[in-house]
Amino acid sequence: MKDHAALAEAFNKDEQRVDWHDETLWWVRQKRDRASHQIPDWEELREAASQIKHNVLSDLGNYLEQFEKQAIGNGITVHWAADAKEHNDIVHSILKRHGITQMVKSKSMLTEECHLNHFLEEQGINVVDSDLGELIVQLAKEPPSHIVLPCIHKKKEEIGDIFHEHLGSEKGESDPQILTETARVHLRNTFLTRRAALTGVNFAVAETGEFVVCTNEGNADMGAHLSDVHIASMGIEKLIPKRKHLSVFLRLLTRSATGQPITTYSSHFKRPRPGQEMHIILVDNGRSVQLGREDFRNSLKCIRCGACMNTCPVYRRSGGHSYHTAVAGPIGSILAPNLDMKQYADLPFASTLCGSCTNVCPVKIDIHDQLYKWRQVIVKEGYGDKKKAAAMQAMAYTLSSPKVYRIAGKAGRLVMKYAPFAVNNGLNPWYKQRDMPEPPKESFGEWYAKNRS
Amino acid sequence: MRVGLFIPCYVDQFYPNAAIATLELLEKLGVEVSYPARQTCCGQPMANSGYEHLTEGCNELFVDNFAEYDYIVSPSGSCALHIKEHLHTHNDEQKALGIRKKIYELTEFLTDILKVEKLDAAFPHRVGLHQSCHGQRGLKLAQMTELTAAPFSKPVALLNMVKGVEIVPLDRPDECCGFGGTFCVAEEAVSAKMGKDRVADHIQNGAEYITAADLSCLMHMEGILRRLKSRVKVIHIAEILNGVKETVA
Repeated sequence: MKDHAALAEAFNKDEQRVDWHDETLWWVRQKRDRASHQIPDWEELREAASQIKHNVLSDLGNYLEQFEKQAIGNGITVHWAADAKEHNDIVHSILKRHGITQMVKSKSMLTEECHLNHFLEEQGINVVDSDLGELIVQLAKEPPSHIVLPCIHKKKEEIGDIFHEHLGSEKGESDPQILTETARVHLRNTFLTRRAALTGVNFAVAETGEFVVCTNEGNADMGAHLSDVHIASMGIEKLIPKRKHLSVFLRLLTRSATGQPITTYSSHFKRPRPGQEMHIILVDNGRSVQLGREDFRNSLKCIRCGACMNTCPVYRRSGGHSYHTAVAGPIGSILAPNLDMKQYADLPFASTLCGSCTNVCPVKIDIHDQLYKWRQVIVKEGYGDKKKAAAMQAMAYTLSSPKVYRIAGKAGRLVMKYAPFAVNNGLNPWYKQRDMPEPPKESFGEWYAKNRS
Repeated sequence: MRVGLFIPCYVDQFYPNAAIATLELLEKLGVEVSYPARQTCCGQPMANSGYEHLTEGCNELFVDNFAEYDYIVSPSGSCALHIKEHLHTHNDEQKALGIRKKIYELTEFLTDILKVEKLDAAFPHRVGLHQSCHGQRGLKLAQMTELTAAPFSKPVALLNMVKGVEIVPLDRPDECCGFGGTFCVAEEAVSAKMGKDRVADHIQNGAEYITAADLSCLMHMEGILRRLKSRVKVIHIAEILNGVKETVA
């Protein structure tokens, strides 16, 4: 399997496309800056959100039980899923009981994490994603490349081709208005004929047993309101203690995500309407393990705004698919190793540790510090790059001894000065696109010995 | 006030002029400064690669070399930050903690400790200032564009004391150059692309020189500039503040 570096290298074969991808996401980052800079107490708001989530994580068990009790009281059926398989089985069993073979789904990164679509299709159940971006990648048989903007890697002409093939739009049509209308007509029929709808959950309120789903397209509402069965899948970390805390998170979420003041729809679901069934599936899938890792615990504060992706200079130039996991970018790189340290050992290294992610994070997760810490864990657990280990040993040996360092330095500079081909060759990845520094005739140490002592 | 000069390994080996400028500038400002000869590296190349456990030798050496000084000053934000955040020792942890509190990157030392208000230097050129991530976001040498907070910049305030310097505006004033230690070879494609984009921002905005408080970023951008056969040069901020003259060719 290809790692991030190899996938990123493939992405970089088309430099113009990399520029387009980078500029598109930078534009979103700039929108986020404009929106956040308009709120004078933005930094205090981030701190408040971080503290609220800190409180939740330090008493998660009790909040979950409180939420369950309230939700049951509201007439919602609550399920607990230890992992992805249990989650998928629960969804399937609900659908099976109702004899449902078609389901509409609004955006849920958790179901991407659990590979629900693939599982249900194997069981003969047809799933249609109703978020426009998700629909596009679903038709293209690709995973989303971004948690908020799932098809940000696709140009409108390419979307036109996909719609022509699958939804019957005119060949060569790339007008966003017309393409959106095509999707709308297609989805309208889906909404009207599906008896089951699955939504994600942005926030679940322990105090009231209700949950809030944020969308810009109203697709979660359309699905849920027209269905006989509404299933809401949520990670156990999505809780907030009280409804009033939403005022903090709703102000932060979309300003951070897209630069909008608020999502177009922030819909509260509290009880099923008469005749409807409402289910909530509380999913662990590694979260309680992460909660037990002190250094990485607060990664569970994440509200999935995607700001860290938009600001990440590596993500913008490598694309979401290079992270080969459901949640890409900096946040994905600190979440994924918890799920599978071996498979995702490369991700914490796919960063320059520039720290921009930490600065934009609306819940103040110390993302770049956690990337550094994951690197230490991955190497210690034996999942590090084996080739690097020997080089690191040699480097540590050289730098631990002033004498060895001076000799090596002299040798290194001589090699570079008199035999530049020894270093400036194709085997040195530095040299593919960069020249080596011009070697000076003496080091500073040598100069100092002559001039100051 | 006794200051120990910490010159990171690659500055010692490849950019002695920046180290000389740092030394001379501190001397001119009346600081008693010396360079412990047995120094090597802060250990960051290993630590950032996940091998923090191999940095013990570097750490012990660092403590031996620098514990006695009132301040430790380095012309590298990245190395200073690494020491500030990660220096430990088995022998005497208090010494390590002391060093972590008294190590300064050059421009913050000039600004916060020496409180420099004027400099005798001229550099009549259009200069693009590259904000190294570790200096800016780690040491907070300048305000960060992500935050909703009042702007300030220690390097800019110092550059404004130099006659003739014209600082060019950049489209992305604090985007990473893509060096990232071993990232520059392990993730060669993205690293080089980031470097090319960063350099292009300076060139398009008319910079003759790119300066920074970190030579690792400058080394990366110099590699790109030379490959592009660009006439734009890199220069460490110490050389501009000192008034460029001494050179080891």
